[in-house]
Amino acid sequence: MITITVNGQRHDINGDPNMPLLWAIRDIIGLTGTKYGCGAAQCGACTVHLNGEAVRSCITKISRADGQHVVTIEGLSANNDHPLQQAWNEVNVPQCGYCQSGQLMSAAVLLRENPNPTDQDIDDAMSGNICRCGTYQRIRAAIHKAADMQREGAKI
Amino acid sequence: MRKLIVITGILFIGGLITVAFRTEPAKPASYPILAKDSIGSVKAFMSVYKVLMSSRCMNCHPAGESPLQGDDNHIHTMNVKRGVDGKGLYAARCSNCHQAENTTGLHMPPGNPKWGLPPSNMRMVFQGRTPRQLALQLLDPKQNGGRTKAQLIDHMAKDDLVGWAWHPGDGRTLPPMSRPAFAAQVRLWIAKGAFAPSAKAK
Ligand code: FES
Ligand code: FES
Repeated sequence: MITITVNGQRHDINGDPNMPLLWAIRDIIGLTGTKYGCGAAQCGACTVHLNGEAVRSCITKISRADGQHVVTIEGLSANNDHPLQQAWNEVNVPQCGYCQSGQLMSAAVLLRENPNPTDQDIDDAMSGNICRCGTYQRIRAAIHKAADMQREGAKI
Repeated sequence: MRKLIVITGILFIGGLITVAFRTEPAKPASYPILAKDSIGSVKAFMSVYKVLMSSRCMNCHPAGESPLQGDDNHIHTMNVKRGVDGKGLYAARCSNCHQAENTTGLHMPPGNPKWGLPPSNMRMVFQGRTPRQLALQLLDPKQNGGRTKAQLIDHMAKDDLVGWAWHPGDGRTLPPMSRPAFAAQVRLWIAKGAFAPSAKAK
């Protein structure tokens, strides 16, 4: 039995400890915001937070998440109001949307660790998240916007 | 008498501090000292060098800020970066993809609990070093992570992450000799005097 806390809720999972965390999240727990792209740690579509780090759930075994805290796109904020989500909306970042939950989860780690990222910081953090639709310029703009919003929010 | 107690105390505490700050085992394996032999020592180092410059070793000892991949030593896809601690940056931390063990299958991420590059304050570059440069660098505690010669041998012979090179997972070529053979050459290099090859050696 493997116990994983996902978005604050405990889940007991009866399954092969080698099962990819992504399968548990999508097929067992039923949270389908996290996407399957490549299954080989190459695209970033499956990015979730494991104890705050942006791990790729397609190659993370559930045994690694046993007793740990996972946050998926559904748990990034209570009301879809994380500064990144607001900025994503304003800039209209997604095209097909498939890569975007992974993009947001990666960007959230960047903004937490670096509230004022430069273009280079964004490249360093985000180059592993592939967007087939090529929304990279809008992703960059939205991260800058979210950083501004986060700073404004901190002033109030 | 009082003085003696104070001095003993200081020595004792000093000893404790030294022990506490050691990263490698307190008693590294001792190595035999042979008669100094510059030719034999350099010969042993040249085979050590071949291993260190093989892809499984050099790819994580790059000259730049990104690790390398493959037998052609290309820059790691996604242009991942070393970061301060050698474990990556932001959403591109090594362990976000690299697990504690190799993920099975061709082109899947290899893994080890300590997966990472040398940290930014101790970069331990292999790529582009001549045999002489690399030998001198390995022997210099300021550039080798503060290791004595005995600790250097220990690291090459026993460190778990170094050992990954000989269990690299599906589809990756091995270094040119076995680990025991490699460790034996390291010992021989040092036992015979730890000589560095001449500047002309390639
Ligand atoms: S699905 Fe996990 S990285 Fe592509
Ligand atoms: S929006 Fe379509 S893949 Fe990124």
